[in-house]
Amino acid sequence: MSNKNLSKDELLSIYRSMVTIRQFEERLSAESKSGILPGPVHVYIGQEAVAVGICAQLTDDDWITSTHRGHGHFLAKGGTPAALMKEIYGRETGICGGKGGSMHVADFSRGIIGANGIVGGGIALATGAALAAQLDGKGRCAIAFFGDGAANQGVMCEAMNVAALWKLPLILVCENNGYSEFSKAADVTAGVLSDRAKAYGVPSEQVDGNDFMEVWRAAGRAVARARNGEGPTFLEARTYRLHGHVESEHTFLPKAYREESEVEAWRERDPIKAFAAMLSDGIASAQELEAIEQEIAALVEEAAAEAAADPWPDPEAAFKHMFA
Amino acid sequence: MARLRMIQAINSALREEMARDPKVILFGEDVRMSLFGDTKGLFEEFGPDRVRDTPISEVLLTGMAVGAAAAGYRVVLHLMYANFLYTGFDAIANQAAKLRYMTGGQIKLPIVFMASCGGGRSSAAQHSDSPHPMFMNLGGVHVATPGTPADAKGMLKSAIRDDNPTIYLTAGGRGGSAGDVPDEDVTTPIGVSFCAREGTDITVVPIGSMVRPTLTVAERLAKEGISVEVIDPRWMVPLDTSLILKSLTKTGRLVVVDEARDLCSAASQIAAVAADQGFSDLKAPVRRLTVPDLAIPYSPPLERAVLPDAEKIEASIRELVSYKAG
Repeated sequence: MSNKNLSKDELLSIYRSMVTIRQFEERLSAESKSGILPGPVHVYIGQEAVAVGICAQLTDDDWITSTHRGHGHFLAKGGTPAALMKEIYGRETGICGGKGGSMHVADFSRGIIGANGIVGGGIALATGAALAAQLDGKGRCAIAFFGDGAANQGVMCEAMNVAALWKLPLILVCENNGYSEFSKAADVTAGVLSDRAKAYGVPSEQVDGNDFMEVWRAAGRAVARARNGEGPTFLEARTYRLHGHVESEHTFLPKAYREESEVEAWRERDPIKAFAAMLSDGIASAQELEAIEQEIAALVEEAAAEAAADPWPDPEAAFKHMFA
Repeated sequence: MARLRMIQAINSALREEMARDPKVILFGEDVRMSLFGDTKGLFEEFGPDRVRDTPISEVLLTGMAVGAAAAGYRVVLHLMYANFLYTGFDAIANQAAKLRYMTGGQIKLPIVFMASCGGGRSSAAQHSDSPHPMFMNLGGVHVATPGTPADAKGMLKSAIRDDNPTIYLTAGGRGGSAGDVPDEDVTTPIGVSFCAREGTDITVVPIGSMVRPTLTVAERLAKEGISVEVIDPRWMVPLDTSLILKSLTKTGRLVVVDEARDLCSAASQIAAVAADQGFSDLKAPVRRLTVPDLAIPYSPPLERAVLPDAEKIEASIRELVSYKAG
């Protein structure tokens, strides 16, 4: 879809994708807080326009690496919602058979190299996939999603150096949500992140990560460059994490680390509401949007019900898959 | 059969495997220049796509190896010195060793992380480690420690063809030592140990760099009537202890010689297996001849003081064969 206007069907499909991530994670958030989920869950609520905006420019043959906050990337790249839900429930029917959980969801058949529990861990993996894509010569590209926290790992600079030298089809998508876990970016990050790319001669752009169209257009430019052999691009998407770092944080944090007024201000800039408002302006009716929301609600309900009913893995499965 | 130095055997394995499979790629620091000689001529033969010099960026390189393998390539990453594996450790420990398992077996990661290990060259503490034990403890990676040119070639060929990540460590100080290497396309089976010399009085298990001095000592002692059996495990992961245990039923005495530091070394593991599964065969304590828990020093007399060598191996064997219980 890179260089044309989006059709109504495409726009509705994008809306569906963003709403799927949102509703899916609202459900996970509630179930995490009620203790149903066995492990920690980091939700992407508020950042959906980034994953969907980038992935709408990709095909199944392109590669992505993701972060500990990776459900949105998984779904946006075409991962199956039910298989994701079941994984986070720890069931044997999960996409990783219950071995990875929330922080390690992957689906290699769809180019999803996976979420990653190591902050910045996906950057080098995507660079390697970009090398493979370049060697394949089929115009594929690789995308590393990472946060502003990961941008402080040295590997980001190492990756830009190699990607620029070798003109790798790599797109570094830095989702700057303003927080490294519980630390404000102002306390841990110097300068402007997208400026770091300039030092390596990597074209960079700063985009409003809550504006789907802006992300999507920038992604289109970056993907075109990558596919044409013109090398890497760095995109800094300014966005905000409407939930905490981890859903269970209220149970252990001694005090709040951000102002409620700040959260409220960003809630006003909710990327899905903004996209819905754009669609409501002569593209789709309120009923059409509501029908999508209801359809997704049913899908999430079904996925959660199935996950809850599905069996736990056989303990014997713990002894499989270490080696090929 | 050709007489090859260790480094030539490695070079020949890389050349044959790259010629055999176009998906094999090689990258690392100065692989074109090839300061050890093991990657010599490969750039000229296979070109800039498949043989790449990289920046000195180990954190990135180990992760790129995982990404490129996940995307369908067989990656050989040359990390030069084994100590530099520490610099690139995250992607080995957290990605390569775990990605297949974490994703429920979705992916295969054919990667060889190769480096030169060990002391003996006055390279001092940051270029002389033998870090195979820490990789043994990772789970999820094979660990190859060839002790002869033939195994250096056969094990590298096996590791490149295998669908798992392998840490492939060859003793830098012994790169020049020669041995017979088959001309044919011979691979060394993964996880299979080898009886390098038959004997009846004592079993010695040398790891990697210690194979050659152990065989020299065994030869010498044979003339005195001390019959030494030498079992080379070849792979630290998967570790095949079957021949060691079988040998113990015959000798009842065991020395493990390992150039790693003693604490949690490969020798510790092999000794533990012998104490557990070979207990009823033992006629003497199991000895570990290892490096003391020190950094490897620079000056030759200091370095000699801490590294196991033929003299120390001989002393350990003599002590153990004369050991009387009670």
